[in-house]
Amino acid sequence: MLFVELVVQGLVYGCMYAMMAVGLTLVYGLLRILHIAHAGVFALGAYMTVTVANATGSLALGFLVATVVSAIAGIAIYRLAYQPILHHAAFVPMVVSIGLFIVMQEAFRLIFGAYGIAFDKNPWYVAHVNLVGINLTYVEIAMVIMSVVLLVGFGLFAGLTRAGIGWRATVTDPHMATSFGVDPVRVRYVNFLFGSALAGIAGGLVGLLNNYVEPTMGGAVSYKALAIVVLGGLGSVRGTLIASLVLGVVEAFGAIYLANIFDRDAIGFLFLIVVLMVRPQGLLGRG
Amino acid sequence: MSAYIASLVSVIGINLILALSLNIITGFCGQVSLGHAAFYGLGAYMAAYLAKLGAPLPVTLLAGTAMAGAIGIVVGLTSLRVRHDFLAVTTMGIGFVLLGFVRKQKWLGGELGISGIPGPGLDAVSYALLIVAFAAAVLAFSLWIKQSWMGFTFDAVADDEDAARTVGVNVSTYKLVAFGIGTALAGTAGGLYIYFARIILPDTFDFVQSIAILTMVVIGGTGSVWGVFASTVVLTLLPEVSRAAADYRLLIFGAMLMLVMRFSPGGLAGLLRKPA
Repeated sequence: MLFVELVVQGLVYGCMYAMMAVGLTLVYGLLRILHIAHAGVFALGAYMTVTVANATGSLALGFLVATVVSAIAGIAIYRLAYQPILHHAAFVPMVVSIGLFIVMQEAFRLIFGAYGIAFDKNPWYVAHVNLVGINLTYVEIAMVIMSVVLLVGFGLFAGLTRAGIGWRATVTDPHMATSFGVDPVRVRYVNFLFGSALAGIAGGLVGLLNNYVEPTMGGAVSYKALAIVVLGGLGSVRGTLIASLVLGVVEAFGAIYLANIFDRDAIGFLFLIVVLMVRPQGLLGRG
Repeated sequence: MSAYIASLVSVIGINLILALSLNIITGFCGQVSLGHAAFYGLGAYMAAYLAKLGAPLPVTLLAGTAMAGAIGIVVGLTSLRVRHDFLAVTTMGIGFVLLGFVRKQKWLGGELGISGIPGPGLDAVSYALLIVAFAAAVLAFSLWIKQSWMGFTFDAVADDEDAARTVGVNVSTYKLVAFGIGTALAGTAGGLYIYFARIILPDTFDFVQSIAILTMVVIGGTGSVWGVFASTVVLTLLPEVSRAAADYRLLIFGAMLMLVMRFSPGGLAGLLRKPA
């Protein structure tokens, strides 16, 4: 039974990683930037959810505000931080991204305090159902449903709509897409809008899951999301989704069976390094 | 020299060794590392463990240096395997793995680290001067590498790997050499640190520390020895001279990273050289 429980728990975390990692993959696929500041957007989403939910008593409103604010923040990050330096070597945007992430984390500490905030009302945190012997809280179920709905919706958008097709064309070959009339700058805005909104929602959900929102909460999750992006073969959305779930499960098992040797955060990266030794291009990457 | 000045000088010296050693890997050879603090930690833990067993300073320093360098070469091997962008994430991962390992080891003190490390057998001022001597040696060594044949080869690898390979440079060997030298020197810094601090905690060597070291390199000018020297001294002293700078140290580091990259990606050194 422990086996099944660990798999389920791993998949729940995997869903959360997927929501984070897809945004990172999209940014990487389009701009070749390791978007570390994505962690800041994640934490921003969590803070928006918890402050609005606590102030108004409505969790739905909290998530709505979190989604909108995160999306706007993502667009602002692209326009103000990345766009002016895109012509430089990859190292430059990466360092900017690190700087931005630190600034955001410190800003949260100054504005919201270093000790974190809990939800006043978080009934889903304790309420749970028993599925074939496994206890799942409502938050965990919501996490899975949300990520499946959002990612499927996103997949339909990318696969079926005109804007989505233009987007995929730009990721594959920016010059060709531009000459066919796709506006590459608009694609980038859409990209940051979607990715950041997903990260913000993921942040709110993780806040609910732990019933706690703190300035550094983005750190570990986003470093792992970066690892997932690399694992999936940078820029491959399908690889990213698979890698997210795999990493979630590996972590769940590792946290139990390797508990005396490594802490939880180390296990994900250990897995990454082992995989990269065998497949340097990632799980689904092309050589 | 008062005790306060001596401790300040010690910290500057250790930071200089850290920044200059990362500069060899990232600046000279162009290999981005987001896990430099892990090698600093490796050196420190190795030295502290031996010091507690009664080993004298030269032995612990050498062991710390060798340990960090050896693991550094292994990490360098991964840099040969993975694409450029992957390396940043891989080195970041190495940091988490090493720290995550140390935190769980009872014989290394776990979360509490190692305390009660014996003194260096020197008074604080002499020990500060010893650290400065090491830092000066690393500085001189960096300057020497830069104008040596090896320095030019590093430059070629950093600029364009394929072109370097075409003209007959063994790219893999030079990457490994850069990683080996850089991480070994970080280990030396770790060994020097333990006799100064007398206690080590895992958190001292975390990702934030790696970023702090990278900040000193990037703001000074990646690859510029004197630029890195100047920015390390200034960034280390800043929290000491200004209370506000101490409270908002990370905020200032982050903002400086963004602004310097935005307006002068070559750092302070790039600013002085010429308007690009």
